[in-house]
Amino acid sequence: MNISEYTPSHTLLLIFAGIAGCLLVASAIGLLLRICLKDGRTNPVILNLNARINAWWVMVLVLALAFWGGNTAVIVLFAFISLQTLREYISITYTRRGDYRALLWCFFFFLPLQYGLIGAGWYGLFSILIPVYAFLLLPISSSLGVDTTRFLERAAKVQWGLMICVYCLSHVPALLILDIEGFEGRNLQLIVFLLLTVQSSDVFQYVWGKLLGRHKLAPEISPSKTLEGLVGGVLTSTAVGAALWWITPFLWWQAALIALIINVLGFFGGFVLSAIKRDRGIKDWGHMIEGHGGMLDRVDSISFSAPIFFHILRYWWT
Amino acid sequence: MLEKPLAFAFCALIRILTGTRVIWRGTAPEMRARVYYANHRSHGDFLLIWAILPPAARAVTRPVAGSDYWLRGRIRRYLIERVFRGVLIDRHIKRGDDPIGVMLQPLLAGESLIVFPEGTRNQGDGILPFKPGIHHLASIRPETEFVPVWIENLSRALPKGGMLVVPLLCTVTVGTPITLEPGERRADFLTRCQNALLALEPADSIEHEHL
Repeated sequence: MNISEYTPSHTLLLIFAGIAGCLLVASAIGLLLRICLKDGRTNPVILNLNARINAWWVMVLVLALAFWGGNTAVIVLFAFISLQTLREYISITYTRRGDYRALLWCFFFFLPLQYGLIGAGWYGLFSILIPVYAFLLLPISSSLGVDTTRFLERAAKVQWGLMICVYCLSHVPALLILDIEGFEGRNLQLIVFLLLTVQSSDVFQYVWGKLLGRHKLAPEISPSKTLEGLVGGVLTSTAVGAALWWITPFLWWQAALIALIINVLGFFGGFVLSAIKRDRGIKDWGHMIEGHGGMLDRVDSISFSAPIFFHILRYWWT
Repeated sequence: MLEKPLAFAFCALIRILTGTRVIWRGTAPEMRARVYYANHRSHGDFLLIWAILPPAARAVTRPVAGSDYWLRGRIRRYLIERVFRGVLIDRHIKRGDDPIGVMLQPLLAGESLIVFPEGTRNQGDGILPFKPGIHHLASIRPETEFVPVWIENLSRALPKGGMLVVPLLCTVTVGTPITLEPGERRADFLTRCQNALLALEPADSIEHEHL
């Protein structure tokens, strides 16, 4: 198979058809489990599984619509994902009255500007807007609230949330501004590769964990994560990544290696954000996606893998 | 003419901005005349409660608001009188004022009320001691249900003095209705109402640390 055989839109159509096929199989399994198991209609694991699969249909549909809409639609979609994750994060994070203006700046200035810079293709400012300018300006804004109670903690937490929810996640649509020789007009496929690999890793970790999971990795951080799930999930979706080499500028072994890297990072993304949830005493970041929890529960792995994936491409392929 | 679309727009806006999750824990929205009472930390509180009601119930539910604030300026006056259909009460009571009578009228006409019995916005923890107004209403119309409503996080999204809403996620929890027991004394009734409201505060609330 050679990439030049398919037009970009043809490739995307093929892939989404493939995803829809996988989801059909998943839905069929979910239905069978519900009908055939004695307690299938009441078993919480089966109910949650079916809720997750249904949510996947919705998420894939939204993604497909955005891809159909083109680059701008994808940038806007990820801006909204950032908005939702940031509000989930800040909603359960300690801030005070004096941070009100800083929070307004986060939501109404830095977030839209970060995504606007992708649209404008201005990589220089995109890469330092939040690590430099937000980092310096937000604490200034908070200090004007003249309230020193737990000041460093508040400033640090707001900055951390902005980094994870906006800066890191914005590296997904930022893949669109990379100029890769011989790959012109196909950058949406990079996003497909990243999302499919990392999200399928989450799915396979769940599946292997439920089927074979015996040894808990760190029950005090994440009660559901098991060694078997981790190894099985990361290896399976590394294979998925390798099998997708034909939509990328990579050779098959490069695709496998990169998939392995972003899967491991993705795993630790979920792990780190779980540690934060446990510390705050909550199970999920929100209630937006039935069966999954909040938006941040769904994209925690992406936020850790996207910037590294972006830099691997930028360093070796541009 | 414009009032209905405006009311709809305000409700949609506040619900989208605050991503409000509504938990009808102790009761469902009903059409009969009742009194929703809530904790008060943000000037957006009344709008949020109004917005979570289904449109039919919203049409017969009226927020009780301070006329000293709302009657200053034509736009405010238009909003509170025509759009939100507020029941206006002067918080600085003068001789001859009858705030209980003013609140009683819509109840007797079959409409519901939204009240904040703390009387003013709370800048601290928990809730302030309730004013006796709701007890007066209860003793005149004992069949009235008093429905506790806990608003979580709106004071962070829209704090005192703020004009813009930080789009944080808010939760509104509606508890079990309370009615005045025969022979129940004022202090006991008010305490019971306060406790029912406080019981709705989420265990993992970060808001009280925030204040």
